[in-house]
Amino acid sequence: MAIEWYLVLSALLFSVGAGGVLVRRSPLVVLLCLELMLNAGSLALISFSRSIGNEDGHVFALVVMVVAACEVVVGLGLIVAMFRRRLPLNIDEMRELRG
Amino acid sequence: MSATTFGWLVVGFPLLGSIVIALGHRAWPGKVAGLIGTAAIGAAFLSSLGAFAALLDQPIEERQLTSALWDYGSAVGLDINLGILVDPLAVVMCLVVTGVSTLIHLYSVAYMGSDRGYARFFSYLNFFVFSMLLLILAGNFVLLIVGWAFVGFASYALISFWYRRETATKAGMKAFVINVVGDIGLVLAAFLIFRELGTFDYLTVFEEARSQFDTNDGTVVAICLLLLVGAFAKSAQIPFHTWLPDAMEGPTPVSALIHAATMVTAGVYLIARAHPLFELAPTAADIAAFVGLATLIVAATIALVVTDLKRIIAYSTMSQIGYMIVGVSIGAYTAGIFHLMTHAFFKALLFMAAGSVIAAMAGRQNIDGMSGFRRAMPFTSLVLIVGALALAGFPGMSGFFSKDEILVFAAERGGMYWIFAIGGYAAAFLTAFYAFRIGFRVVTGEPCDEARELERGHLVHGEHSNPATGEKEDTEVGFPGPEHHIAERAFPMRVAMGALAVLSIIGGVIQIPGVSAGMEHFLEGTFEESELFHIVPSEGSAYLGLLAGGAMAIAGIALAYLLYVRRPGATLGLRDRARGVHDFLFNRWFFDELIDAVIYRPAIRTGRFANEVVERVVVDGIVNATTGAVREVGVLVRGAQSGFVRAYALLLLGGFAALALYFLVVSS
Amino acid sequence: MEEVAFFAGAIGALSGAIAVVALRNPFYSVLALVVHLVALAGLFLTLHAEFIAAAQVVVYAGAVMVLYVFVAAYVGGVEEPEFEPIAGQRILAPLLAGALFVELSIAVLGTGLKSIGGEGPTIPLGFGSPKSIGELLLERFLIAFEAASILLLVAAVGAVVLAARKRQEPPIVVEGN
Repeated sequence: MAIEWYLVLSALLFSVGAGGVLVRRSPLVVLLCLELMLNAGSLALISFSRSIGNEDGHVFALVVMVVAACEVVVGLGLIVAMFRRRLPLNIDEMRELRG
Repeated sequence: MSATTFGWLVVGFPLLGSIVIALGHRAWPGKVAGLIGTAAIGAAFLSSLGAFAALLDQPIEERQLTSALWDYGSAVGLDINLGILVDPLAVVMCLVVTGVSTLIHLYSVAYMGSDRGYARFFSYLNFFVFSMLLLILAGNFVLLIVGWAFVGFASYALISFWYRRETATKAGMKAFVINVVGDIGLVLAAFLIFRELGTFDYLTVFEEARSQFDTNDGTVVAICLLLLVGAFAKSAQIPFHTWLPDAMEGPTPVSALIHAATMVTAGVYLIARAHPLFELAPTAADIAAFVGLATLIVAATIALVVTDLKRIIAYSTMSQIGYMIVGVSIGAYTAGIFHLMTHAFFKALLFMAAGSVIAAMAGRQNIDGMSGFRRAMPFTSLVLIVGALALAGFPGMSGFFSKDEILVFAAERGGMYWIFAIGGYAAAFLTAFYAFRIGFRVVTGEPCDEARELERGHLVHGEHSNPATGEKEDTEVGFPGPEHHIAERAFPMRVAMGALAVLSIIGGVIQIPGVSAGMEHFLEGTFEESELFHIVPSEGSAYLGLLAGGAMAIAGIALAYLLYVRRPGATLGLRDRARGVHDFLFNRWFFDELIDAVIYRPAIRTGRFANEVVERVVVDGIVNATTGAVREVGVLVRGAQSGFVRAYALLLLGGFAALALYFLVVSS
Repeated sequence: MEEVAFFAGAIGALSGAIAVVALRNPFYSVLALVVHLVALAGLFLTLHAEFIAAAQVVVYAGAVMVLYVFVAAYVGGVEEPEFEPIAGQRILAPLLAGALFVELSIAVLGTGLKSIGGEGPTIPLGFGSPKSIGELLLERFLIAFEAASILLLVAAVGAVVLAARKRQEPPIVVEGN
């Protein structure tokens, strides 16, 4: 398959993930959508790596995976902490940035 | 020492005195401040004598000496420096000013004795004398304006000396505002002079003017008219005269010094000094003479009816200054300056005597309550009569010679100028009458209550109140002191008044027609290129004029004697029969009301309009609209700060999409 | 053959993604993501990225997703209200996401990059194998490797701190009478 198929697919997945981040209100689902975006990025990396011919993209994708894992850990920890303190699990409730 | 060195000393001593007194004004014990002040002016007088002697050493053509200390501005074309001009005219003025000032300071040492602001008084008084001398000795128009403005300030400070008295502060402000109007005229004249002639220095200006301007050239007439605005404001001529009667709110020594002998003569001095310009603009000079004539008649008529003693004397001053203005405007420089000198003597004397009488009346100034002081205050009565005789122009007194010489000169010039002679003689009759209105009312007749008390040796103490409005006052700083000082009980006052009385009697000897011409010879140094100066009336017409003047004087005194001594109370009947005329004169020809309607009210209306419409609606409107607009924009922008994270993420995504679009478009 | 594999993986990934966004119950979303990840691993395989594909399945789908499942079970389903407080969000979000997709596609398809528009160079035999990845990690990208390790450590400590319960403080004893 020509590389651009993979790249267009990656763009599509990224867009879907972005739309999901903006539309969903539960922080858990937002994190999931963020995962989507990250994975789309990884896909693009792997595709480019294949089209160039060396494995730098693979290493990059591996690091992305590591970062995603860390981010998930911290994010989920936050969600658990929020749940424990009986705070509403709704992003719209967090309006301290209001000016 | 040269004349100019003396000139600097003349200016320097009073300034030094003022500063020294001011620096220690809380510390000087007793009368020390007064003695320092008097000594300073005395030193200035001695320096003036020195300058006089130094000038006499010089040949007549070389009697105009200048000296400059430093430059103020030597930028493009400007030649302003701190320079004085010592010449005969200036020296005569300095002698008069410092001489009379010394005597008035001496008088004040006793008169202001119990006032809590004693030191402040002498500091101001010295500063005033310094300003006046600066004005006189200035060698260029800029320094003249500086001295002019300082004099205006000093006058304001001294009129409002009793600053807690509202009438006094109002009078001070009135004087200052009218003076500023005059200052404007003076400054504009200086601008014009500089624009046309390129210099401010007197001697250069006068030389250039002669070569540059034709007679009655529009510019030089304009310059002279503007100078006249300044002169009239300072010398209380119509229509700028309304401040002078109100200025009587100041202490009596202030009235004597500033509003009789010195400041009000500044206008006369200005015209005499700028005589080359005025001779090039006869139109302006004639206008000046007519204004002087009008003032001298109007003021004389008002002095016939007003009842406040100091105000009668103030209107008399206004009238006599009118004579001087007429004199120097028509070219009678010698006579004009001569009359300035004699007037200083007897007017200061009259004010001093009035001060003594007012003290005896416990501060009240209305002559309706005064009568018969001849036994209670013999010295005061005597000098009062002497002063009145000099004012009236009684034959032999100094005023006799000086006033009539102006009128004789007018007649000599002939033609239109006869009107000045006729008007002058008519007013001389009125002058003699009102001079003895004061004289007879105060001195003769049944002693009033205060006089009777004084005969018994007891000086009446009234309750302290504003003589004009009757408001209660205390005697702390800002109000007159608790004690009143009369001449009979204060030696310094007697010395000063006695000296002035002697000068009033013998002062005329230096310029008796056909006998002596001391003033004329001395002033030749300043006026030698003036044609008018050299018009000397023949002895015959001079004697005729003196005769007419003497006759007027005696007639006036006789009428006063008739109305006030022979038939006391007759004037009341006259007043009732001529109620209309009396009220018109008593209300001072309604000049204050006229100025109020023509100038004050429109100005207030304009100011109110400017505030309510221009300021509140337009300016505030624009400013508030601007701030309102900014605030509204802020409110609008604030709408974007909703606090919703998802909204921010949306904006982020939107921005990113827009950026990508931009790059796509650009790269295609 | 390749095309079939690609489309299978593509459809799986896409449907998983859409399901994540669309499903109401967050537990179902998690499961949908798992499907998505596995499909993605398949796509990686078609791109000769064997090691990454394996790592994707083991680490991502295996460990990270299990973590998600735990938390979803603990937290439970969150009922999201129907009402959208932000005006226009429901319309603008898909719109902008779509716009972004279009732009990226234009960029990709219209690009002048030579490497795109073909299958790419012929790749050596060990391409994407653990051996070559390992060599890269320990030689060229050693610092990135070590940094990633530290990041993992920090994240772990952070998670412990975030989720720790507050200990009860012993009561303060006051000396004296």
